Amino acid sequence: MTRATFKVWRSDDAGGHYQDYSVDVVPGMVVLDAIHQIQAAQAPDLAVRWNCKAGKCGSCSAEINGNPRLMCMTRLNSLDLLAPVTVEPMRAFPLLKDLVTDVSWNFRVKKAITPFTARPADAPDGTWRMRQKDVDRVQEFRKCIECFLCQDVCHILRDHKMHDEFIGPRFLAYTAALEMNPLDAADRVPELRERHGVGLCNITRCCTKVCPEHITITENAIIPLKERVVDRFYDPLTRLLRVFKS
Amino acid sequence: MTNFEAFDYDVLVIGAGGAGLRAAIEASAAGVKVGLICKSLLGKAHTVMAEGGVAAALANVDDRDSWKVHFADTMRGGQYVNNWRMAELHAREAPDRVRELEAWGAVFDRTQDGRILQRNFGGHRYPRLAHVGDRTGLELIRTLQDQGVHRGLDVHMEFTVVSLLISDGRATGVVGYERERGRFKVFSAAAVVLATGGTGRAYKITSNSWEGTGDGHALAYRAGAELMDMEFIQFHPTGMIWPPSVQGILVTEGVRGEGGILLNREGRRFMFDDIPEPYRTQTADNEEEGWRYTQGDKSARRPPELLTRDHVARCIVREVKAGRGSPHGGVFLDIAWIKNRLSGAEAHIKRKLPSMYHQFKELGDIDITREPMEVGPTTHYIMGGIRVDADSQMSTIPGLFAAGECAAGINGANRLGGNSLSDLLVFGKRAGEYAAQFARQNPRRGVDTAQVQRAIDEALQPFDRSASSENPYTVQAALQEMMQSLVGIVRTEGEMQQALEELTRLTARAARAGITGHREYNPGWHTAIDLKNLLTVSEAITRSALERKESRGGHFRDDFPDKNPEYAAFNIVTVQRPDGTMEVRRVPLPPMPAELQQIIEDQKS
Ligand SMILES: Cc1cc2nc3c(=O)[nH]c(=O)nc-3n(C[C@H](O)[C@H](O)[C@H](O)COP(=O)(O)OP(=O)(O)OC[C@H]3O[C@@H](n4cnc5c(N)ncnc54)[C@H](O)[C@@H]3O)c2cc1C
Ligand code: SF4
Ligand code: SF4
Ligand code: FES
Repeated sequence: MTRATFKVWRSDDAGGHYQDYSVDVVPGMVVLDAIHQIQAAQAPDLAVRWNCKAGKCGSCSAEINGNPRLMCMTRLNSLDLLAPVTVEPMRAFPLLKDLVTDVSWNFRVKKAITPFTARPADAPDGTWRMRQKDVDRVQEFRKCIECFLCQDVCHILRDHKMHDEFIGPRFLAYTAALEMNPLDAADRVPELRERHGVGLCNITRCCTKVCPEHITITENAIIPLKERVVDRFYDPLTRLLRVFKS
Repeated sequence: MTNFEAFDYDVLVIGAGGAGLRAAIEASAAGVKVGLICKSLLGKAHTVMAEGGVAAALANVDDRDSWKVHFADTMRGGQYVNNWRMAELHAREAPDRVRELEAWGAVFDRTQDGRILQRNFGGHRYPRLAHVGDRTGLELIRTLQDQGVHRGLDVHMEFTVVSLLISDGRATGVVGYERERGRFKVFSAAAVVLATGGTGRAYKITSNSWEGTGDGHALAYRAGAELMDMEFIQFHPTGMIWPPSVQGILVTEGVRGEGGILLNREGRRFMFDDIPEPYRTQTADNEEEGWRYTQGDKSARRPPELLTRDHVARCIVREVKAGRGSPHGGVFLDIAWIKNRLSGAEAHIKRKLPSMYHQFKELGDIDITREPMEVGPTTHYIMGGIRVDADSQMSTIPGLFAAGECAAGINGANRLGGNSLSDLLVFGKRAGEYAAQFARQNPRRGVDTAQVQRAIDEALQPFDRSASSENPYTVQAALQEMMQSLVGIVRTEGEMQQALEELTRLTARAARAGITGHREYNPGWHTAIDLKNLLTVSEAITRSALERKESRGGHFRDDFPDKNPEYAAFNIVTVQRPDGTMEVRRVPLPPMPAELQQIIEDQKS
């Protein structure tokens, strides 16, 4: 058995500080195990969120050695344990306590997106027909576990704090899932441009890189959405055609 | 008097898993004012982890399926101590509940002709589980969450209910605290729906999240409601067992549904060794036939890996005990072998079981398209729960409803995979509907402030004991260890008597559990509060298990290894006596109507 040092962010009256904890490491351990060990034996009031411990709920997001990750999916043998491992909260959201941040903004953002609206059923029994091929691309976005790590790294939110103008990669992927759902009949293109700020994204791909579900947020969701906006609002020819068609 | 904020609702739903969300949506559609409370953030409830699928006789893949077959499968799986009316409603209504999800935006996997695809699962005669790869629970909860939010549900997240308020024998509201700030809130309501999920955290090896501490069970019990079938715990046969830190994390039955096989250390497929009589005519007797079944051949019978969970779990325990287990004390589950049968098997496995592939790759450094997994039984689900009326889901306390895993009845002695997600939808909807109706007919009453104060005082006690106290985490770990070894998969009289004595000692230790720090987001405090509920459900499990001197479904007694027909006639109910001790009762099962009886007979061949 080896021992490792964890530098964990702890809240205090002055805002917070890093506190060192020493942890026994056994094979197969992940960062969340270390945090739980600290909690059970050294700091019972250490605040942390988790539910599934299997990368399925998106609760345990944090910044580990500066990288936004899920604590439950970060194996200790993938880290250098000779140096202390830093564990701190996501920095793009207001801190509540220790590793727990206030992510309520994300819930408010979702509310402002036009909801799924089903088109009339295809079959007489009131159901629809869809090909697997057509649902594949929607299913990619629906894998999202709402860990908000992509929101955490996006510089538009993290550095420029444009929370009022930009819904962030998670909700662009969410909008893409709705827009590309073969059953959906609503139109979100105007709101993407006017309120959701799709134009602000400059495709640095940081969001795609951190997504623990390996969702290709940029290429598969954001770029197609940008194209829809461009087609609709900036391309006079397409616009004319649309006018004639309708 | 501690300060608290007050809220009023017509219907208050505790729990935002599938059952709670579905109940809240239904009540809100009925036009009443609805509040929804959950311990974690919205969308993180245990339901999010469900993998394999939702059982509904849509008959999209095999047109021989129907609600009748589903009903008969559920009753046989539950060994006939199920509430037959619930099993009937469940089988009849599940297809509509699944189609409704699609209308709300869920995107299921498709059949060739574009309908909802269904897969094989244990105990289901035909492929019946509608699914989305192996993340069906995520799809279900996200769809309901979004539907609920757009309906304007009032959600109180990261909030723990510590007490139910009862006046004149009726539910009047709840008391709880915000986890973030530690502030108390009091909710008054005309009807309360409990949808708090399971109790798996009473055991050391479990697939359940930290929330599964039996809160709803314990809250209802302490308020005077009856608990039923608490001895029936489901140990899922396939949990991860290696590395140690992932012990208990579930490996979906979907792996076996897609053709995965179980092998012992000698490489033998031991599931063929012992096929129970009631399933013999429907189970393949050779590997060839079993494989054809998993690939959709309608003339083939299912492989023995797809027998019910209680049976598979016991076969695994038998192999391990006989010294034929895997290096880390389980058996091997192999899906990689299908490459001998299927071209493009690797891509197929990744597409059908994507999150299993990732789970093993990232947590265990194992590539399941190449190597077998090591698996063993894990505490997964409780069939027992709050005793409710089949149609309305109302408990024995007027105005108090329960749905989902915290309610009892539909599953009897053993739940079939996929029947939980459908249970949440069917009975979540019913609970919401009848709670709204109850609220309309019985206006809200005021809450009793003395009760409120008592609940708050009690919840704050751990702060007064900080100095020379017990660590709540240590007591919780001791309880889990004890339940695992004394009231686990194989049970005996002597060990369970010992468990009762241990429970007395642990209760005393829990009463000394103290904490440091302040009320803001303090997990130590939260653990101390959950502990009390865990102790209550553990006692109910143990006492009910002592009362059932036979083996049936998830309940296996080494000292009474056979089924005893005498015990097929009643359920075991626990209820709190006025002096606070636990009473165990036998409640006769109501007779089954002839037409349902006939359906079961017809399906036996
Ligand atoms: C890994 C895994 C895979 C599974 N796969 C399947 C499957 O494929 N098919 C299937 O049918 N079933 C499956 N199950 C079982 C199924 O997921 C659960 O039985 C089901 O999700 C329970 O749902 P529920 O709505 O009753 O409760 P939960 O989803 O457990 O939700 C409980 C809710 O109650 C809240 N709560 C609890 N106590 C309190 C309190 N004191 N105060 C406030 N709120 C409280 C919690 O915060 C939570 O929101 C699986 C389970 C696991 C663990
Ligand atoms: S690609 Fe766009 S959304 Fe993603 S991190 Fe960069 S700016 Fe943000
Ligand atoms: S898109 Fe990926 S990173 Fe973003 S919230 Fe969803 S799962 Fe997390
Ligand atoms: S605990 Fe669920 S994603 Fe980490």
